[in-house]
Amino acid sequence: MAYGRGAAAVRAIDEVTLDIAKGEFIAVVGPSGCGKSSLMRLISGLHPTLGGTLTVEGKAVTGPVRSVGMAFQNSNLLPWRTALENVLLPLEIVQPYRRDFSKEKYSAKAKALLESVGLGGFTGKHPWELSGGMQQRTSICRALIHEPEILLLDEPFGALDAFTREELWCALRDLQAARKVTVMLVTHDLREAVFLADTVYVMSSRPGRIVRRCQVPMPRPRDLEVTYTQQFQDVVHELRALIGKH
Amino acid sequence: MEQREFAIKVVSPAAFVLAMFLAWEAACRAFNVPLAILPAPSDVFAALWQYRKAIIDNSWVTLWTTLAGFGIATVFGLALGIAIGWHRAIYAGIYPVLVGFNSVPKVAVVPVLILWFGLGEVPAILTAFLISFFPIVVNVATGLATTEPELEDVLRALGASKLDVMRKVGIPRSLPYFFGSLKVAITLAFVGAVVSETVGSNKGIGKLMLDAQAAFQVPIVFAGLLVLAVLGILLYAATAVIEARFTGWAFRGQASR
Repeated sequence: MAYGRGAAAVRAIDEVTLDIAKGEFIAVVGPSGCGKSSLMRLISGLHPTLGGTLTVEGKAVTGPVRSVGMAFQNSNLLPWRTALENVLLPLEIVQPYRRDFSKEKYSAKAKALLESVGLGGFTGKHPWELSGGMQQRTSICRALIHEPEILLLDEPFGALDAFTREELWCALRDLQAARKVTVMLVTHDLREAVFLADTVYVMSSRPGRIVRRCQVPMPRPRDLEVTYTQQFQDVVHELRALIGKH
Repeated sequence: MEQREFAIKVVSPAAFVLAMFLAWEAACRAFNVPLAILPAPSDVFAALWQYRKAIIDNSWVTLWTTLAGFGIATVFGLALGIAIGWHRAIYAGIYPVLVGFNSVPKVAVVPVLILWFGLGEVPAILTAFLISFFPIVVNVATGLATTEPELEDVLRALGASKLDVMRKVGIPRSLPYFFGSLKVAITLAFVGAVVSETVGSNKGIGKLMLDAQAAFQVPIVFAGLLVLAVLGILLYAATAVIEARFTGWAFRGQASR
């Protein structure tokens, strides 16, 4: 995949293969500008492939994949909709929900999901009445409501403060454990990647390549305490060394 | 309403209007301005009362022709704005024509309209429409064009069609622009209707003022101006209320303060 044309074109991604099992949690880390986000946009089908092929579950991707849920660094909630209405949005678009969509019918489902991330009392609030962390929780709920086969998260906690971020790690960990959804997380926070993922892929920059596939040895789901253990630190350290070199 | 709020929102504009009339009255008396040049407010209000029947009748005609023209402009402007915002090719194709059309002074068009439709309300309605649809089109198109691509990505990642993206994001997102433009459009529609009446008509405030001017009834001319100003304020206020009702989310700053 490349951006631009001719000699000025930047080759963003080269020969990337990700092996994701059902229910697995993978994280992709790498330096800024290594093509992590581009990779995610390719997988979701938001960005068309330019020279090269992309296959997900053996099928070539030509447009947005229907079985995908996506959340971004900004929550991107629609400001004229309440938290509940924002979460309901995918059901108004994606089949089979769309066919018989009514707010009454799916409200309970959306409310339960919001409740599971601790937003039970905020369903009627508009995005600007919620804190950054709450907005991001809502955004993740929105990505999950239509029960996608894979959840794509593009630096979802990048804009949050350290404490809120750890809180949301746990929220995401519990959501994933409860729903057994496959997750691909793109991040530049190594602790985040190691805390949450089964497998961490390290990418190098321009053109983006996978330079290491690392199985995180600690069993999941992990407690926040794990992040202070020597084993955890070692894994993070090892990954950090890889990113500096390439 | 809080007392402070009341003082700012009601007392201060009322006091300003009153002071303006008093200064006007005082100036007319002090310099002994002839009635045929500038009548004092007392003369204007006297004329307003004396000719109230004719003024109300004619105001009604002006008001409904304005609203009819404005109504057509709203529907047409919204539709054209969405069409222009839909695709860059439509935008590129229509925009120059639209700007050229908007640059033609509408006074020059009124005689043509009278030629086609005869004297009466139709030319006034059409002039009001022609003069007021442009800001609506431009604002709706701007609202659509400035929609954050990230918001559209949310829908596109779900496999939404262009029509879905428009319905769920584009149009709600551009509603504040649309309602904002209505405030401009309503005053323009009003100007259009009165201009048309002044050029050629058999009814309306514009026609009334024209007749009064021909008869050197200057206080009636000013009474007409006063009625126009008041109607203009009322129409503007009505659209502002509608705007606040439908797009409250875009004004949360003021509402929560």
